Amino acid sequence: MSDKKPEEKEGPVQVLQTPVRLEYVFSAGQSASRLLGAMAKGKLLGQRCPVDGRVYFPSRGSCPQHGVPLDGAPVELADKGTVATYSIVRIPIEKVPLELPYVTVQVVLDGADTVLMHLLKCDVDKVHMGMRVQAKWKPREEWTSSVENILYFEPIDEPDAPYDSFKEHI
Amino acid sequence: MRDVAVVAFTQAPSVRRDLDRNEVEILIPVIHELKQKTGLKNEDVDFVCSGSSDYLAGQAFAFVSGLDAVGAWPPVCESHVEMDGAWALYEAWVKIQMGYAQVALVYGFGKPSMGDLPITMALQLDPYVLTPLWPDAISLAALQARICLEKGVCTERDMAERAVRDRKNAKDNPFAQVKGDFTVDGILKDPFVVSPLRKHDCAPISDGASAVILAAGDRAKELCKRPAWIRGFEHICEPLDLGVRDLTRSRSTEIAADRAGVGKKKIDVAELSAPFTHQEILIERALGLDDGTRINPSGGALAANPLMAVGLSRIGEAASRIWDGSANRAVAHATSGPCLQQNLVCVLEGD
Amino acid sequence: MAELTAVIGIGQTKHAAKRIDVSMAGLIREAAERALADAECTWADIDAVVIGKAPDMFEGVMMPELFLNDAVGGAYKPMLRVHTAGSVGGSTGIVAASLVQAGIHDRVLCVAFEKQSESNATWALSISMPFSVATVVGAGGYFAPLIRGYIRRSGCPEEIGIQVAVKDRLNALKNPYAHLQLADITPQMVRDSPMLWDPIRYLETCPSSDGACAMVMAKESIAKRASKPVAWIHATEMRSEPTMFSGRDQVMPRATLDNAKSLYEKAGITNPRKEIDCAEIYVPFSWYEPMWMEGMLISDTNQGWKMTESGATALDGDFPVNMSGGVLSSNPIGASGLLRFAEAALQVRGMAGEHQVDGAKKALGHAYGGGSQYFSTWIVGSEKP
Repeated sequence: MSDKKPEEKEGPVQVLQTPVRLEYVFSAGQSASRLLGAMAKGKLLGQRCPVDGRVYFPSRGSCPQHGVPLDGAPVELADKGTVATYSIVRIPIEKVPLELPYVTVQVVLDGADTVLMHLLKCDVDKVHMGMRVQAKWKPREEWTSSVENILYFEPIDEPDAPYDSFKEHI
Repeated sequence: MRDVAVVAFTQAPSVRRDLDRNEVEILIPVIHELKQKTGLKNEDVDFVCSGSSDYLAGQAFAFVSGLDAVGAWPPVCESHVEMDGAWALYEAWVKIQMGYAQVALVYGFGKPSMGDLPITMALQLDPYVLTPLWPDAISLAALQARICLEKGVCTERDMAERAVRDRKNAKDNPFAQVKGDFTVDGILKDPFVVSPLRKHDCAPISDGASAVILAAGDRAKELCKRPAWIRGFEHICEPLDLGVRDLTRSRSTEIAADRAGVGKKKIDVAELSAPFTHQEILIERALGLDDGTRINPSGGALAANPLMAVGLSRIGEAASRIWDGSANRAVAHATSGPCLQQNLVCVLEGD
Repeated sequence: MAELTAVIGIGQTKHAAKRIDVSMAGLIREAAERALADAECTWADIDAVVIGKAPDMFEGVMMPELFLNDAVGGAYKPMLRVHTAGSVGGSTGIVAASLVQAGIHDRVLCVAFEKQSESNATWALSISMPFSVATVVGAGGYFAPLIRGYIRRSGCPEEIGIQVAVKDRLNALKNPYAHLQLADITPQMVRDSPMLWDPIRYLETCPSSDGACAMVMAKESIAKRASKPVAWIHATEMRSEPTMFSGRDQVMPRATLDNAKSLYEKAGITNPRKEIDCAEIYVPFSWYEPMWMEGMLISDTNQGWKMTESGATALDGDFPVNMSGGVLSSNPIGASGLLRFAEAALQVRGMAGEHQVDGAKKALGHAYGGGSQYFSTWIVGSEKP
């Protein structure tokens, strides 16, 4: 045992740890509810802007450009699309079902007018703009009302889309 | 100072938990209705300012999605305060004063039902010595109420009277959440939530949003038959530490009220945003209000408390009384921080 | 209509990965006290305080300005808290300036800070929401595809990102406040650093810093009496647009172009490349130097990289950019925008020390944030506008 008083022994307190744990219950909202409900059935539902007719996927409930609700009839989209732009990532993140390095892509789904951020499973040297890709779904029995039903996208054997066809989405 | 007026106001109904809609979906119709009411398009608005809180929303940069509701295209001159929308309105008022803008859109939104609000608010305290003890917001207010009772600043009956009054007034407000006819004796029989606070002493937890249009001079007259001119506007913040403040009065409200000129002439209507009944009493006194003033015709924060919008709504409600001619001079109040730490006072007048 | 307003005092902290020697209050006081000393005034002279910082989750305190109120001399004064994503530092300066320009206050103190070491910023930026897929961690993951878009459009060679990374770190060696002091930096070192989010390498990204910046703004009659040179505010401007909509140009958003056009119009500038002497631009990834040279209309579209390549943006070039070492050398996120504004002001005051651009009379300060959607900028000058 030391005779020293605690403050002499320990010096100034420079760091303290206060773990913070907050729980939130998020509401998907009306628009995302429709989307997630369709996901459970393996369908991709986009929504059309009533002002300019462009199809949003995923839709967040409004057209950010015009500030109007996207409450019209949903539009069913293909699970195929075109890589508008991409990055090769070498920093790990939880929940990503791919090994490092992996590819993130902005995909324009066929029939949609917006990009979807997602993962691409492919040889990282092969990824390029205009590449045609398709969703790789989880086994049907594992489907839930979650965006995670799509694991990632994979390249498909189709000719590249011309740059002009997707350049406005970059 | 330029003549600047509140010319339009819309709000979402306050509800305990809006399970169906996310924050943007709550906000969209509020802003849409405001544009419809005034006939304003985005290009007519020179400045946009909003108030919201990331911790209420449970994610960083939560305010960004507010731009989706505005339909911020072409790009807008825009700013955001991590404060109640009442302070966003202050910033917009400053922009109009300096000549940067003629017409401004201001909104506030919050969905506190998503988290555990009293505990979340503990994160507002000193992170080194207070937050680790996790004092919840209601307990802190109860400490203040206890001091007020012990020092004879008010009685439990005074507090209950505020609840009865506000809930009665709220019957006429379709957007209010807690309303109805109650008696002081009746609610004083209720058990304590955190002594000495009973349920009726505490504002509800509300999801909601509100929005306001501010306009200068002739633009205001074009947009509104009887604009609610801002004749005094001030906000003051006290230190957070409860030990260095006199909790039996609201010093910051007193200073703000003095600078805003609240006491210069009779106040017809006051809209207060105090989330606890004893705090409402402290604010009434700090503003120097008496029986000649109709307090909280909307029901105030005790009837509907959509955090980050509740203060802005007080300004909108006070302005509404000017528009409909039931008041010539009104005062609106907003607050932030534990135990009335930061307060804003806005004086509105008709022509 | 607006009152003529000037920056009369500037202060900043030593920026570092972890400033465990100070609390949040200590950090902002370090900057604020330096700004007050520079402005030759005391806490009592300040009429109002404006605080800016990025998301509260970066420190784990909700509205930290509330507990910091007395530390920034804000007791029983008006206090505002600004938050406009990465551009917040710039917006904070603009709000403070507005309070003086509107004739409401005589002297306003603004302080912007971030103490990222007190929480985990990368975590806070990557909270996965139940309705979207978690794909990347950190801001680099978001911006890398956009940078690739710029490279595709402009034909910008790979060397440019490396060149900017080296230039800004060399400038930082002249700035004692800068976080990164990489004396041995070379293009080869940058090239050999790990590729994090292709095409962004480790040394092409900003660090994560603790730091604060403060400024005192004053009205003309006070500024005129200052014993040191002041920076007159010629114009401020802001623009925002939504994060995502169909057909949005994410690489060169309209918000930046509109912002630049309006800023120069207000400042009476017709040829920014010629009339502005130097610029401090928000460049968190090296490629954003050429991108914002175009975004600020200083260069023609798709030609911005040629300014970097030719050495024009170097400290001794004809249009020096990021003299302080920029965001690439110090990044206390909430303060980063105000640091850019402050550096522009220091330059026109002739007080930038070793990284002073000779004879700088007019300078641009710039900040951006969110998904390249929030822009705040100012032009300051040694002469009144």
